[in-house]
Amino acid sequence: MPVTVELPKEKWNGKVREITLGATPAQGGTRTSTVTVGGETTLPFLHFEGSIPHRPALAVEMQDVPPQDWSTTLLEAWDTAASDPVSWAKKAVELGADALAVKLRGTHPERQNRSAAEAAETVKAILGAVGVPLIVYGPEVAEKDNEVLVAVAEAAAGERLALGNCEDKNYRTIVAGALAHGHLVVAKTPIDVNLAKQLNILISDMGLPLDRVLMDPTTGALGYGIEYTYSVMERLRLAALMGDSMTQQPMICTVGEESWRQKESKVKDGVPSLWGDFAGRGPLWEMATAMALLQSGADILVLRHPKTIKTMRETIDKLMSS
Amino acid sequence: MALSGLDIYKLLPKTNCKECGFPTCLAFAMKLSQKGAELSACPYVSDEAKAALEAASSPPIRLITIGTGENKIVVGNEVVLFRHEKTFYHEPGLVVRVADSWEPEKIAEVVSQVDGYVVERVGMKLTLNGIAVENVSGDAARFVQAVQLVKQKTALPLVLMSANAAAMDAALQIVGPDKPLVYAATPENWQAYADLAKKYACPLAITDSGDLSRLGSLAEAVIKAGVADLVLDPGTRNLADSLASLTQLRRLALKKNLRLLGFPILAFAGGDDSTLEEQSILATELIAKYAGIVVLGRFDPTGIYPLLTFRQNIYTDPQKPIQVSPGMYKFGEPGEQSPLLITTNFSLTYFTVAGEVEGSGVPSWLVIADSEGMSVLTAWAAGKFDAEKIAKSVKSAGMDDKLGHRKLVIPGYVATLSGEVEEELPGWQILVGPREAVDIPSYLKTVWKAA
Ligand code: SF4
Repeated sequence: MPVTVELPKEKWNGKVREITLGATPAQGGTRTSTVTVGGETTLPFLHFEGSIPHRPALAVEMQDVPPQDWSTTLLEAWDTAASDPVSWAKKAVELGADALAVKLRGTHPERQNRSAAEAAETVKAILGAVGVPLIVYGPEVAEKDNEVLVAVAEAAAGERLALGNCEDKNYRTIVAGALAHGHLVVAKTPIDVNLAKQLNILISDMGLPLDRVLMDPTTGALGYGIEYTYSVMERLRLAALMGDSMTQQPMICTVGEESWRQKESKVKDGVPSLWGDFAGRGPLWEMATAMALLQSGADILVLRHPKTIKTMRETIDKLMSS
Repeated sequence: MALSGLDIYKLLPKTNCKECGFPTCLAFAMKLSQKGAELSACPYVSDEAKAALEAASSPPIRLITIGTGENKIVVGNEVVLFRHEKTFYHEPGLVVRVADSWEPEKIAEVVSQVDGYVVERVGMKLTLNGIAVENVSGDAARFVQAVQLVKQKTALPLVLMSANAAAMDAALQIVGPDKPLVYAATPENWQAYADLAKKYACPLAITDSGDLSRLGSLAEAVIKAGVADLVLDPGTRNLADSLASLTQLRRLALKKNLRLLGFPILAFAGGDDSTLEEQSILATELIAKYAGIVVLGRFDPTGIYPLLTFRQNIYTDPQKPIQVSPGMYKFGEPGEQSPLLITTNFSLTYFTVAGEVEGSGVPSWLVIADSEGMSVLTAWAAGKFDAEKIAKSVKSAGMDDKLGHRKLVIPGYVATLSGEVEEELPGWQILVGPREAVDIPSYLKTVWKAA
């Protein structure tokens, strides 16, 4: 007797918000391409059940100053491009970046302590050199973040940058800057569903429309807490699909930064030989972290290694072709 | 799906004869539903009722064992779609494929490497779980030779892959008692493969090309033929189709209670021609999304380590976080003048702190206190990370002898404890570190240096 199996489909009534980064000249910016993420009405890549109008985007992480603490695997891959933000930006776009995640590390008080004005100049130079949208991060020191990001917001008015990070202790000034100059923000909370919702509420209470808020649930790398991030993202995405408005922000994951921070990616000698080849290990660590979080709902992956960028692009091609 | 007491009552004779030791059939039914009685206590229960009750008490995804002894692979019995709903119970077996068309030296080499692969993480030994031997040659004698060779080299469970029933029979004559997984029954050959699985009492994989109705029909035929232990290969091979079919199979078993397809799933993470990156990506998907056995087309230690780590992460019980063993941990090559920090043994706390200390490049000592797996703030609130515990942890780590200084950095969240810790550790200077781990590198490079 032939068996007929009816394929189970969930009926979701919620939808992830669609968010566009970057603005073209017609939209008040200068970008030649923009990135739209979100809009899903089902779980990641379940095309048989709902619509996934936009592919997850790849943002490539770069810095305004040559990195001091990056793994040699990364430094060798970027080589001289990393010595200057404009050449780095161009190279990243050549390698397939949909967007750039610019970290203004040089403004850190313990690094070069560059001024907000200098940082704004750097961002302007990158905007002049490439056409993709930018996500811009301050030095991740509360007061300096405010100073730097407000200057950047003003200098790049109308570009629809994403400004990060907004955290519960430090979001007002950045949100105000985004509101005043037509930008988006990245709302970052420490691996917790309720804290994520709460910050979205606080930000939207300031009048920033929710289609200008990306949510960063905090990334734990493979082997370093990825299961917490994975499950919090699944819970956020399930809540979004069930109609909980304050969880419907697209999610951005800082995969590169977290996976390249770990011993596996950084330490070449004195580790077990079964860890395998050092040059290959870091990129695979980053790829596995990226793949895991794509499956739990990542809409933007922030990556570091050129090989990861290529592999994740091909991976997303395959996941979207159905 | 467990039956309620009332559901069970409907299946009982309802004569209240008391022979089961309970005053009424209903009382007996209630006790049964709480698993406080055995159905066999009622002599009058019908065969039909027995079957219904057994089916209802068996798990929605059958538990399947491949291999024997301490290395055996046990998969199935999963109860949720998302790990936060409860936990994922049985880690998927990761098996590496070898082909009988290879030179014997190559087979021996790969099998020995797979057999010897072990890495340690958070106190657990992570290993691969088996070898799949594929009859690529199509030749029975060659298949038997390869299987014999593999058996000599490893005690790990086997998956036998052949489309030739005679070759399969010949191989099973040698390794049948080791309970390999027989791969695979298809709509064309299922009768012969079901017979082999019964003859050698081995679990049987069934496969069809991506259509779950056809897979269901095949399962029904094989089950009727008397094979109980099945493994399903839905036949999907790429990222998008595998995700869809494995998700559907898990939903059918758990949400639709479809017994016919309530078995663990076998999936292939790439063949000979896949790159290491492609294999890693597909295997990562399969580990997270519902595979019970993942067959890897190639063995490369660099690719294996992230997969074993990911499997450990995803199969960690969310309600029972992994605890790190309390004690002293070194980062870089710390010396007498290197900083000494302390935190708790909640694994995420440890990993976050360890990652930052490691990343700072400052050689350091880190003492992990036994906070019963709680984070700093929770442990402090629960009295599991107080001045006494901190002092005791530092003393029992033997830090007195290792250091030329007497300075201890405590987490910023327990700044209020610094006075008490100074009392508990006479002669020590207690420094208050940052609240968030992310600020540790700059703390070590500036505040610590100046202290
Ligand atoms: S022995 Fe069976 S029929 Fe008799 S009371 Fe118990 S359950 Fe009912």
